[in-house]
Amino acid sequence: MTHSVVQPTPASPTPEGGHLLEVRDLHVEFRTGEGVAKVINGVSYHLDAGETLAVLGESGSGKSVTAQAIMGILDTPPAVIRSGEIRYRGRDLLSQSEEERRQVRGKEIAMIFQDALSALNPTFPVGWQIGETLRQRAGMSRGDARRRAVELMDLVKIPAAAKRLGDYPHQFSGGMRQRVMIAMALAMDPKVLIADEPTTALDVTVQAQIMDLLADLRRDLDMAMILITHDLGVVAGVADRIAVMYAGRIVEHADVRSLYRAPAHPYTKGLLESIPRMDQRGQKLSTIRGLPPNLMRIPSGCPFHPRCPYAQQVCVDVVPHDLVLGDGRTSACHFAQEVRDDSAR
Amino acid sequence: MFRFILRRLLQMVLAFFGTTLIVYALMFAGQGDPIQALAGERPVTEAQRAYLTEKFHLDQTGVGGFFYRYFDYIKNLVQGDLGESLTGRQIGDILAAAWPVTVKLALIAMTVAVLFGVTAGVLAGIRRASIFDNSTLVLTLLVLGIPTIVLAPLAQYFLGVRWQVFPPTAGSDPDFYALLLPGIVLGSLSLATALRLTRTSVAENLRADYVRTARSKGLVKRRIVGVHVLRNSLIPVVTFLGVELGNLMSGAIITEGVFNIPGVGFNLFRGIRTEDGPLVVGIVSVLVVVYLVSNLVVDVLYAVLDPRIRYE
Repeated sequence: MTHSVVQPTPASPTPEGGHLLEVRDLHVEFRTGEGVAKVINGVSYHLDAGETLAVLGESGSGKSVTAQAIMGILDTPPAVIRSGEIRYRGRDLLSQSEEERRQVRGKEIAMIFQDALSALNPTFPVGWQIGETLRQRAGMSRGDARRRAVELMDLVKIPAAAKRLGDYPHQFSGGMRQRVMIAMALAMDPKVLIADEPTTALDVTVQAQIMDLLADLRRDLDMAMILITHDLGVVAGVADRIAVMYAGRIVEHADVRSLYRAPAHPYTKGLLESIPRMDQRGQKLSTIRGLPPNLMRIPSGCPFHPRCPYAQQVCVDVVPHDLVLGDGRTSACHFAQEVRDDSAR
Repeated sequence: MFRFILRRLLQMVLAFFGTTLIVYALMFAGQGDPIQALAGERPVTEAQRAYLTEKFHLDQTGVGGFFYRYFDYIKNLVQGDLGESLTGRQIGDILAAAWPVTVKLALIAMTVAVLFGVTAGVLAGIRRASIFDNSTLVLTLLVLGIPTIVLAPLAQYFLGVRWQVFPPTAGSDPDFYALLLPGIVLGSLSLATALRLTRTSVAENLRADYVRTARSKGLVKRRIVGVHVLRNSLIPVVTFLGVELGNLMSGAIITEGVFNIPGVGFNLFRGIRTEDGPLVVGIVSVLVVVYLVSNLVVDVLYAVLDPRIRYE
């Protein structure tokens, strides 16, 4: 059994300066007619050049909203960024003008979305849509943009790319459509690629192909990647680090190996235990009891306490801080060490 | 696409015969004595009656006689002969004089609808829930709520008679200026519908996923709205306007009646009022063709606008 010193973390757990992209203590609300939903409640994470960070969490945990806040494509209203910083190469994006942010979008940080069929414009050919970025942002001529679009489609391994330039999104299969999305995102050679559930809408076999493609492209083009997913299986082979989100907070943050070996937050533990396993055939699948919290009425103390098997009175009363567990691991749980030790057993 | 058009053309032939048969039957079945109707109040001599009975094949009675006359009529129609009105004028000549007037009126109405309806609709869609959006909502509901039979005389009275901005009636050979007020009145209904449709469509498309993608590509807002959103939003609007143009081309009975415009609707109404069977059937036959063709054009246009639509 390993013993590491458990201590409350300082406000900024990572040293100043070095990160390519850093989200600091982000708070986002959605103000609707029914009330205020606190969607992001103090999210902090960072991304270094060349690495892959997986952001894991169920629907409504705020993983996509954080990504959209980074891109600056949140619909405001209803979304309101209450506080926080998003630093790219040291500059705070949130304090920049819309025009400055637009320059960053696509060129520095690009994003691909879950459902490529609805994320692509149905009334324009895919070649046109890939080339549009090049014509509008890089000032390329029509012909150059077309040639570059073919190259990009080759890069994401779309067969007979030149012939398919004039096809519309609905004429592609799901996997090919997602490749078109990726080609489009790569048009301006971004340094950071945010992939928001890129394989959720796809068949399992195609999922693996797309994940492999993303991993290869990330390495070949030397990008950093934020991979947003709710699928633990997708993460394992691709990510370097994992940030687990719950109710708009990062509840656990660790490198992939340690997290899989011994999760230190009851929520992560529950997620891992709910994956079907071959050595447990015939047994009832374990689940996390209860439902995700209503973001208009987040439970007091630790937001996970109503669903948590470890919950004590302290969990109802006190919001847990991030506890540093060594090796860059943190867990926002009062009983982080016990949970980790239980998991490791 | 070619097979689709061919099939539609064949369907149109069937639809054409069906509708003309029904109109022909309704118009002549309700008539008591067609010869007396032709003569009006004046007495008809035996010799005249015999001549007209012979001329219009009225000696054939019953269902057989009806079909005999119907096929006789269709035979002439296919050869381009619409026959003679009860007033003795060739129906072809009447339509040749009336149609250009109706087309002018329709084009004015259409221009008004496109220019103001679509533009205001796009603005209202972009600035949803703004003062502009809400005031156009009230105005369009007002226009849609008032029937033309009320709106046309009101416009005529205030703008034509009281303030004399426009000529109150058009007369026999109306110029553009005389048709302007009727055109606006006629177009206001299409305008209101086009505005609501555009507004809803733009607002809906602004929330679409592909808009989020366009933003994440770093495009300027003007391009996102002007190219991506507009291209998708206008599909239902253009379809609506196409059908509407077909409607407007077939004449506006009320508007043409109120403003005394000698268009197709005006002549049709006169035909109905004077029980001029041949005139009514002649005009309606041509209107059926206009309507069927405009509908086909709209369907083809729809496939051109939306690449997801495929006709096999």
